[in-house]
Amino acid sequence: MARVMLEVQKITMKFGNLVANDNVSFSVNEGEIVSLIGPNGAGKTTLFNCISGFYKPFSGKVFFEGKDITGKPPHQITMMGLTRTFQIVKPLKDMTVRDNVLTGAFLRSSSKKEAERIADEVLELTHLWEKRNMLAGSLTTADKKRLEIARVLATRPKMIMLDEAMAGLNQSEIKEAMELCIKLNRAGITLLIVEHIMEAIMPISHRVIVLSAGKKIAEGEPAEVTNNEEVIKAYLGERYYAKSKKLDHGL
Amino acid sequence: MSMLAQLVVTGVLVGSVYSLVAVGLTLVWGLMDIINFAHGDFMMISMYTVFWLYALLKWDPLVSLPIAAFVAGMIGLLTYKLVIKRVLNAPGLMALLATFGLSLFIRNLAQFLWSPNYRFVGESILSGKRLIISDVIVGLPQLVAALGSIGMTLAVALFIKKTKFGKAIQATAQSREIAELMGVDTEKVYMFTFALSGICVGVAGTLLSGIFPVYPESGAMYGLLAFVIVALGGFGNIWGAFYAGIMIGLAETIGGFYLGTQFKYAIAFLIYLLVLQFRPKGLFGW
Amino acid sequence: MKKTPLLVILALLLILPLVVEDVNFQHVMLMMLIFAGLGEAWNIITGFAGQTSFGHAAFFGIGAYTSTVLFYKFNVSPWIGMILGALFAGIVAFLVSYPCFRLKGHYFAIATLAVAEIIKQLFVSWDYVEGATGISIPVVPDSFWAMQFHRSKIPYVLIAYGLFVFVLFVAVAIERNKMGYYLKAIRESHEAAEALGINTARYKLLAMIVSSMLTALFGTLYAQYILYIDPFMVFGLDVSMKIVLLTVLGGLGSVYGPIIGAAILIPLSEYTRTLLGGTGKGIDLMIYGILIVIVVVFEPRGILGLLRKRSRRRLNYGKSNA
Repeated sequence: MARVMLEVQKITMKFGNLVANDNVSFSVNEGEIVSLIGPNGAGKTTLFNCISGFYKPFSGKVFFEGKDITGKPPHQITMMGLTRTFQIVKPLKDMTVRDNVLTGAFLRSSSKKEAERIADEVLELTHLWEKRNMLAGSLTTADKKRLEIARVLATRPKMIMLDEAMAGLNQSEIKEAMELCIKLNRAGITLLIVEHIMEAIMPISHRVIVLSAGKKIAEGEPAEVTNNEEVIKAYLGERYYAKSKKLDHGL
Repeated sequence: MSMLAQLVVTGVLVGSVYSLVAVGLTLVWGLMDIINFAHGDFMMISMYTVFWLYALLKWDPLVSLPIAAFVAGMIGLLTYKLVIKRVLNAPGLMALLATFGLSLFIRNLAQFLWSPNYRFVGESILSGKRLIISDVIVGLPQLVAALGSIGMTLAVALFIKKTKFGKAIQATAQSREIAELMGVDTEKVYMFTFALSGICVGVAGTLLSGIFPVYPESGAMYGLLAFVIVALGGFGNIWGAFYAGIMIGLAETIGGFYLGTQFKYAIAFLIYLLVLQFRPKGLFGW
Repeated sequence: MKKTPLLVILALLLILPLVVEDVNFQHVMLMMLIFAGLGEAWNIITGFAGQTSFGHAAFFGIGAYTSTVLFYKFNVSPWIGMILGALFAGIVAFLVSYPCFRLKGHYFAIATLAVAEIIKQLFVSWDYVEGATGISIPVVPDSFWAMQFHRSKIPYVLIAYGLFVFVLFVAVAIERNKMGYYLKAIRESHEAAEALGINTARYKLLAMIVSSMLTALFGTLYAQYILYIDPFMVFGLDVSMKIVLLTVLGGLGSVYGPIIGAAILIPLSEYTRTLLGGTGKGIDLMIYGILIVIVVVFEPRGILGLLRKRSRRRLNYGKSNA
């Protein structure tokens, strides 16, 4: 049995009367790729914010590598090796691509030489090397999304939470992003992914967790989840349902 | 007890005028995210307008009101056309730099033309008259200034809320691009809002000219307090600016009485720092 | 960043006042060095870290008052006063940072303005430091120990130059290392910075303390040069704004910005004052004000923005030719 990396225990988050997360529990094992899916407003990003320290949950606990990180400031959580990207990308606009990544790299090394080495390594890995001298603000959406990943990668994380890293990308860009996820995972990084694009994450996920209206409604391997009636009704909707049927026929 | 009542009344009267000055500032700030450093100087110009109409033509300040308000409004409009328009998309603090230069220019132009001497609008229909309600004394000029300011604030608030143009202003404040897609002429909205901001402060200046001396720096302290009031109320929030103005007026008057008048502005600034600890985006900010 | 232009500028700033014997010119150079240094210090918190301070006069004033009071009351050398002034400024920055940094954007800027105004009011009513009357620094014969030189302005210029180089060195060191990257990340996005493991609160505090301490150094020099201070002069909004203006005009967030801004604004204000200020009618400030407006209106990206645009255009031109 693999070691548990992240454990979320009964997280509840409220904004006034709105319950965004209702008693959500799950865990992610070391080396896994776990996807968190659900319709818009299901509370996925809120859950990310609770785990990564941007929100303090109303109740419940979050453990990372067995240590309680509930309510800790985000920078401490990143320091421990758990970091995240943002759905709405936040490039450091007036800095170059390399400086963006370098800023991340300084977490593990105060020496500029060493940080630069880490940064350049990450730039190569994420195929941003050619664009290293461009201002981050002038990148395309796909490259900005990639830069989000590159930047947190430079902090040498054990686990990354990706918040819709593929939204707004075209087919070939999605494919590259999928490849990058697999590459990171092979390098030993655990991934928790929030994503809308089913075709992209179903093939790469080891496990899928489904949120709907703030509650966890299903959890399991991709095949199990996609065949779960409740999930199909609550989230996947007619289109994917029809599509998957068609796919079954084809096969 | 009657002392406190007197202080409260005075504080509210002073605060109402602060409110109107701040309302003018918050309109522009909320809409364009621009800090207008010359706001207090627009007020000073309207005070001089009233003074000269009084000195040369013997006009009563209340009669001059429309003209002084118009002058301040035009200065606002010109400021937008000649300066602000060109710096709207400039980085960070450039617009601030421009309005600061403008403030220096207007203030020293006034000094050049009219000398730094204090001038007074000696007589008006209101001067010297007062109401006495039980123990509380209320000067009529102060009362009219306060009522006029409250009335003007109300008018502006209704205008923004009820009229089509007011709604265009609100839409533009939310997002210029989207407002334009909806067919709003945002250029006109900006220009008009700057003019409206000038009119507000022009009315405030007129109402104050019977109470305070007129000189090149007369608007300076009001402009500075208006920054604090606007932030205290929450940027772009008219009623926020109104209540914050009253609050600062009260704090200044009551605090000044008990701790010494030399501290009255320091108290106003302290109130800002204290309140923002609990409401980091101002009283009515979100 | 290439070093050569900076070294050329530094050499010019040193040589010019030494070879040109005009006292007026030396005065302008001195003020330029002081305000360029203040701009560099302010740039750390506002240009790098993106936290707009409208209240740096508070630290300038604390520097001026600490050394002046120590010299005037206890005959302590202004050099010691300068160091203590910087320490006090750092302590005050530490104390006010906690309440101020809870606020963001304009709310923060107005808070710094409020802090400076409160401190000014306190000094105005503080009898021990002569309140609103201000303090005339006792004049003593030329002495390094007392930081007073009456026969020539050159020693003042050299001290100002030394301080400026020191502040510039600190600013460059910050910009090129981890702290500079961290501050700029905070400026661009608080949340992204936190996600990268940056303790935003701690780095902002650190930037504020460094910036305030460097600012205070110039307060002492200014007091020793003018030999008179009062709360309005050193704590006034004018001082805060002058620092803001010249840095913004030159180019926010770059170590060249304050130098360029000071090189334009200070001669402009000093020469209009000497040429036109005598009338007492405010013509000098009128012209100064309108010139600022004109510069901004025609070059809204700041002088550095203009220079960058030019050089980029040249680069593009070269490329299309190749």
